[in-house]
Amino acid sequence: MTITITDTNQSVSNPTEDQRVVDKEYILHVENLNIYYGENWAVHNVQMEIEKNAVTALIGPSGCGKSTFLRSINRMNDIIPNARAEGEILYDGINILRDDIDVVALRKEIGMVFQKPNPFPKSIYENLTHALKFAGIRNKGKLDQIVEESLRKAALWDEVKDRLHQSALALSGGQQQRLCIARTIALKPSVLLLDEPSSALDPISNAKIEELILQLKKDYSIIIVTHNMHQASRVSDKTAFFLNGDLVEYDRTSKIFTKPSEKKTEQYISGQFG
Amino acid sequence: MRNTTELSSHRLLKSNKNRKDSELKGNIIVKSSAIIIITLTIALTVFLSIKGLQSFIKNGINPWDFITGTNWNPTSETPSFGSFNFIFGSFAVTMLSALIAAPLGIGGAIFMTQIAPKWGNKLLRPVIELLVGIPSVVYGFIGLSVLVPFIRNHVGGLGFSLLSGTIVLAIMILPTVTSISTDALNALPKNLREGAYALGATRWQTIKKVLIPAALPSLLTAIVLGMARAFGEALAVQMVIGNVSDFPNSITDTAATLTTIITLNIGHTTYGSIENNTLWSLGLILLVMSFIFILIIRFLSSRRKI
Repeated sequence: MTITITDTNQSVSNPTEDQRVVDKEYILHVENLNIYYGENWAVHNVQMEIEKNAVTALIGPSGCGKSTFLRSINRMNDIIPNARAEGEILYDGINILRDDIDVVALRKEIGMVFQKPNPFPKSIYENLTHALKFAGIRNKGKLDQIVEESLRKAALWDEVKDRLHQSALALSGGQQQRLCIARTIALKPSVLLLDEPSSALDPISNAKIEELILQLKKDYSIIIVTHNMHQASRVSDKTAFFLNGDLVEYDRTSKIFTKPSEKKTEQYISGQFG
Repeated sequence: MRNTTELSSHRLLKSNKNRKDSELKGNIIVKSSAIIIITLTIALTVFLSIKGLQSFIKNGINPWDFITGTNWNPTSETPSFGSFNFIFGSFAVTMLSALIAAPLGIGGAIFMTQIAPKWGNKLLRPVIELLVGIPSVVYGFIGLSVLVPFIRNHVGGLGFSLLSGTIVLAIMILPTVTSISTDALNALPKNLREGAYALGATRWQTIKKVLIPAALPSLLTAIVLGMARAFGEALAVQMVIGNVSDFPNSITDTAATLTTIITLNIGHTTYGSIENNTLWSLGLILLVMSFIFILIIRFLSSRRKI
């Protein structure tokens, strides 16, 4: 898409922005989402649209509902007894919160990476092929090809290509996390959910993960929960600020971090609470 | 000026005054307990070894014949001491009972931890832990009054049989296998399960491909511990197995194990006699076997850290 800015448009405050909002494609539409843990109302009436092939960051203090929100997108909350979600999350024309959704199929399209790297106690190769076998791919040549492709995409191939059959637990924390990302993208999902993917890692591994996120954006729509403001501002296109279960503000990252509309957002970003 | 080298008393220096009495007491209690346990273990091993080797050294029985011989007839004119049938009996009931208890126990553990954790932990777990505490004589008595007649009427033979011993032992070790397997599965990091689910694994795929392989060393340990218990059990087996020294030709045939022969005969043999000495030798075989079981468990649990 090309946008021509002409002098005649100057009367509109910011024509490029307005244009963009109209033309952006959205992958997820969240409508009136409420999530409860038993009596506890964890997420309040959230309404937001997630852009396709962009990085959306969810920020906010601990317990604000951002992880709960993230986990509801691939129905990971189903594992938690007495968690329940109301409202709609539209994905490819269907409300994925419906009871008759095949969550197993859904999770193949909406993948998730967790805060603590959780490779299976198996070889690097098997960590990837396990995921593929869950999806029913068994052809050896095909498996090898996807393993290499996914490890390359996760910027891990060069580091592990000589020891694919060694234990994944021998990798460093940062490598393990990239392996978990590789394992997830091996299934070719359309949405990647990252739950504080680098908070347990050292700064160098963190930088690698961030670089990776920026690269993956081309092929995937990414939603990342982070406690790290700098990370949010570096990697994301849009940022949502959650507080006590409410979506306080959701806007372009540059705007959130320079001139947020809400006082609460400004206070949080400048470190006055949280 | 620095003049601090030769201070003989200072609040930061170690002194007997600073060491509290309770500290000393605790130290003594803990250390003496450790010494007593170590001494007991060593003394027991040495004593059993000396007694168990008597029949070979003093009475001149060939150890090879003793282990491989199939004729046990200590009271005849020309006594023979072949204990192979008992060794076989012990291994047979142990293996067969493990074969029954392992799938049931691990299956039960999976049910309790993965499928119905709520009432599994609340109801099933305490029940199973209770079963561990039931004395073996009770198991034996139930086997004798229910199982033996049942097998006699519906399967065949006398009822007293290898099969009865196996079933009684399987029921006895089932709680052990189940509760250790449950602990093993509960000890798995929670994020392993989440990771599998997030990759679109079904519940059964998660259990089969991720959780069981991850817990395998501990699950094997659970089975081996159950086997060790089955191998050493005497009373319950003795009540249902028939205690005949002949080689069992079928699973419904009567048999005997190392433990049942010892408990049956140790009371009426003269101390120091050749027959008495051979019973000690059987005991030594049991001890060696339990060492082997412990070594297997050690080996399996050390693999867990990889």
